[in-house]
Amino acid sequence: MPDLLLELFSEEIPARMQAKAADDLRKMVTDRLVAAGLVYEGAKAFATPRRLALTVHGVPAQQPDVKEERKGPKVGAPEQAIAGFLRAAGLTSIDQAKVQADKKGDFYVAITEKKGRAAIDVIGEIVPEVVRTFPWPKSMRWGAQSAKPGALTWVRPLHSIVATFGPETEEPDVVRFSVDGIEAGDETRGHRFMAPGAIKVKRFDDYVAKLDAAKVVLDPARRADIILTDAKNLVFAQGFELVEDEALLAEVSGLVEWPVVLMGSFDAAFLAIPDEVIRATIRANQKCFVLRDPQTAKLVNKFILTANIEATDHGQAIIAGNERVIRARLSDAKFFYDTDLKTRLEDRLPKFEQIVFHEKLGTQAERIARIVALAGQLAPIVGADGAKAERAAQLCKADLLTEVVGEFPELQGLMGRYYAEAQNEDEAVAHACEDHYKPKGPDDLVPADPVSIAVALADKIDTLVGFWAIDEKPTGSKDPYALRRAALGVIRIVLDNTLRLRLSDIMSAHFGVMAGLFPAIHALGATKKDADARDKRGHDGASGDLLSFFADRLKVQLREQGARHDLVDAVFALGERSAEGTTDTNNAQDDLLMIVRRVEALGKFLETDDGKNLLAGVKRASNILRIEEKKDKRDYTGAPDASLYELDEEKALAQAIDLAKREASAAVAKEYFAAAMTAMAQLRPKVDAFFDKVTVNVDDKSVRENRLKLLNEIREATRSVADFSKIEG
Amino acid sequence: MAEADLLARDSSRRDNLDPSRSFQGLILALQRYWADWGCVVLQPYDMEVGAGTFHPATTLRALGPKPWNAAYVQPSRRPKDGRYGENPNRLQHYYQFQVILKPSPPDIQQLYLNSLKAIGIDSAVHDIRFVEDDWESPTLGAWGLGWECWCDGMEVSQFTYFQQVAGFECAPVAGELTYGLERLAMYVQGVDRVYDLNFNGRDDDKRVTYGDVFLQAEKEYSRHNFEVADTAMLFEQFKMAEAACQKYLAAGWADGDKTRHLMALPAYDQCIKASHVFNLLDARGVISVTERQSYILRVRELAKACGAAWLATEAGGAG
Repeated sequence: MPDLLLELFSEEIPARMQAKAADDLRKMVTDRLVAAGLVYEGAKAFATPRRLALTVHGVPAQQPDVKEERKGPKVGAPEQAIAGFLRAAGLTSIDQAKVQADKKGDFYVAITEKKGRAAIDVIGEIVPEVVRTFPWPKSMRWGAQSAKPGALTWVRPLHSIVATFGPETEEPDVVRFSVDGIEAGDETRGHRFMAPGAIKVKRFDDYVAKLDAAKVVLDPARRADIILTDAKNLVFAQGFELVEDEALLAEVSGLVEWPVVLMGSFDAAFLAIPDEVIRATIRANQKCFVLRDPQTAKLVNKFILTANIEATDHGQAIIAGNERVIRARLSDAKFFYDTDLKTRLEDRLPKFEQIVFHEKLGTQAERIARIVALAGQLAPIVGADGAKAERAAQLCKADLLTEVVGEFPELQGLMGRYYAEAQNEDEAVAHACEDHYKPKGPDDLVPADPVSIAVALADKIDTLVGFWAIDEKPTGSKDPYALRRAALGVIRIVLDNTLRLRLSDIMSAHFGVMAGLFPAIHALGATKKDADARDKRGHDGASGDLLSFFADRLKVQLREQGARHDLVDAVFALGERSAEGTTDTNNAQDDLLMIVRRVEALGKFLETDDGKNLLAGVKRASNILRIEEKKDKRDYTGAPDASLYELDEEKALAQAIDLAKREASAAVAKEYFAAAMTAMAQLRPKVDAFFDKVTVNVDDKSVRENRLKLLNEIREATRSVADFSKIEG
Repeated sequence: MAEADLLARDSSRRDNLDPSRSFQGLILALQRYWADWGCVVLQPYDMEVGAGTFHPATTLRALGPKPWNAAYVQPSRRPKDGRYGENPNRLQHYYQFQVILKPSPPDIQQLYLNSLKAIGIDSAVHDIRFVEDDWESPTLGAWGLGWECWCDGMEVSQFTYFQQVAGFECAPVAGELTYGLERLAMYVQGVDRVYDLNFNGRDDDKRVTYGDVFLQAEKEYSRHNFEVADTAMLFEQFKMAEAACQKYLAAGWADGDKTRHLMALPAYDQCIKASHVFNLLDARGVISVTERQSYILRVRELAKACGAAWLATEAGGAG
């Protein structure tokens, strides 16, 4: 079966758009082929800076014939109905229609056979449509034709189109079509400088080979591979190691059609600049790779550049040129770094008074003051030195005002640490300047030093409480202030460091701080007393809402780690009950570590036979209660009356519940969740025996009531560890 | 080729004009190249502008259906970029070489590459690349797509296909090439500090450097732009330029149905003036972040109105 070769040759396509464009081209063309009944065997698309190419192999030469049946009116229907049918079916006489019978009688059927068209003609219609509707992120008009409305747009001027179609063994045909004056043909061009002449191409393998001879590597993966391999070899030969960078490699592969890897160097004196700054400078501005010494892991004064040409002087001029640019860039970087070192971090702070963090949340200076206070409060809880935590919080944002971070925002935090170290801050303080941003994502490390923990938590909690206070919460996919990441950061810091934190207390106090600094957020009432009262309520509401946001993030996190979501719900449900005020508010599930411990213990318990059977028993008790309570329109809460027990099993169960409750509560109080589960396990034989021997719905009303109350006690007893009704199975 | 004969006869003169040794030689080579192609070679616009794009030969001529090909040097002022002559690359006053080709010719990339060849950049030895860089001028209400052109990793030119200017679609599209002359000269001369550029190409006691010509000016203007420029006066000048622009625009309509405008160019001068005064105020640090946006918007409104007026002139294509 024939193959299709398509190439769209243009001026330089932005590197970042190439991969998606190749994919879009493949999808748009093949979707339309399939829709036209041309089911193909395979397709692959490629991009270089100057071309998008597509090969589709195994395309049928012809569309299949299609038979269409159109049902018409009954035989003997009025003249008008028949005339309408003939018109619609494209028939000239009713003799051309067939007569078929169904239950209601005979009627006319028009059968039209649509011959499949030659695939090459169909492709000639598909491709122009794809070109005209191609989804470039940004496209443009050009040249004289751009004066006309409806002129073709493309990412950059489109110059020529190759479109050939034919079987492997024969000379393929050119697919005949034109788009805005560009005639499809079988001619392309090679490398802009090394092989600028026209090349005639036949089919895909011929195309790839001829491009290769014309100094164009079509496949971006191959270009990346060449760059990486050549770079590694070149570097290895000198005893260095390439600092690999996937994103940079992908970008550089999109900037060249014929990669030529060269090595340059810079003045070793620049190595006094931190490695990260050198790397950022060379990467961002020059798209070059840096190298390290494998022994020390420190950078060396060399870089790898990827040229697009085999220069006649073997790259001497190119290396010299790049070295000059890199020298200038590194001089700038060194100047920035040296300038930064002349100002102490604390001396930069007054400038934050002029910088607005968020129009409703005040200046950066106000935000830093809040973080300092909060870090100070958190310090004793997380085992940090209070003075150090406050000092770190004071300094941690100061690097935002440095020249280096202004130039390379991705170095924020890291530069803070370097500058803090340079001014001889305490090591923990310096590290907190960097680590308080962590974890920045799911793969990032979590801070472990107590000072870093205090500042990291303070920073994130201030952000969360602040945006909650002004009602800027994440919605759907929108989370412009990365609040989900902040909450997840708090969760990971707490869990990884096994910290005990009453989040509700901390957050509601901080909501108070927020309102105190910015009374405008809440205080709209007439008197201060009113405002305070409403603020209190507002804060508690917002605080509860933020807590449930944490709960959701925790659920997501635990689920990702493989915990059953129903167990998480079963533990959280205890807190929801307390939020309604039915139990002691100390039960509010805001201690992330304890929640997780409970979930773990519960999970393990439910894997045992005791756990499974107890769960079954509790479910059975709950079901009976639900049905009876509904029927009787009343609750069966309250203590059962011991004098009404008639059977041994009842008495035994009551005693066991008593004991289990006492032991479980004691264990929970000591946070021995496994022990609490073991205490619950003692219930199991008694519950089983009860259901075995005792009938609940007896005629004696008081005995029945008492037994129902006893069932309720089972449910209540288990609540000291989890809400079993939320557990599935 | 009488010129070539003349140059061949006097070897010292030929060297003085070598673009790789002489700043003015570089400018002359570019002018000669583009003049030879058929561009109108203009002289710099006689007003303070931030870039060659502001010259009416680009901004206004890019609008309307009439073909237009021009090349010129434009001294450009960016008050904020002054460094008191202490930075090797940054200047508050520098030269751009601007080429505007409307409609953009199909071989415009090759024309550009040939111009590099004309100043001694051989594409068989150097690594020349077109790297994505889209252009937008909020003050001119203009945008286009294109590249920054790299030579061995150094950005030597901006290449833009204008899509919109003064808020109007360009029909047809013009291609704009902007050469940063100092940077290009530093590259071809192999110089790391702009002030060390050889200006006149002489190597004897008659050698004149870029520093000889401009270093004092850089120091004086940096002081002026950052420290002394009279802000009260400048605020006033901004208002006056804005008002004058609006006044000339209003007065320029030839008839009630606004089909013909008679004063687009003088009005546009006032728009340029407002823009430069804004840049000075910005350098003085007296415009806050929020005000900044509103000033940019005010200039853009002027530019748009000037564009509308231009389209109602003969050169703008009005019937």
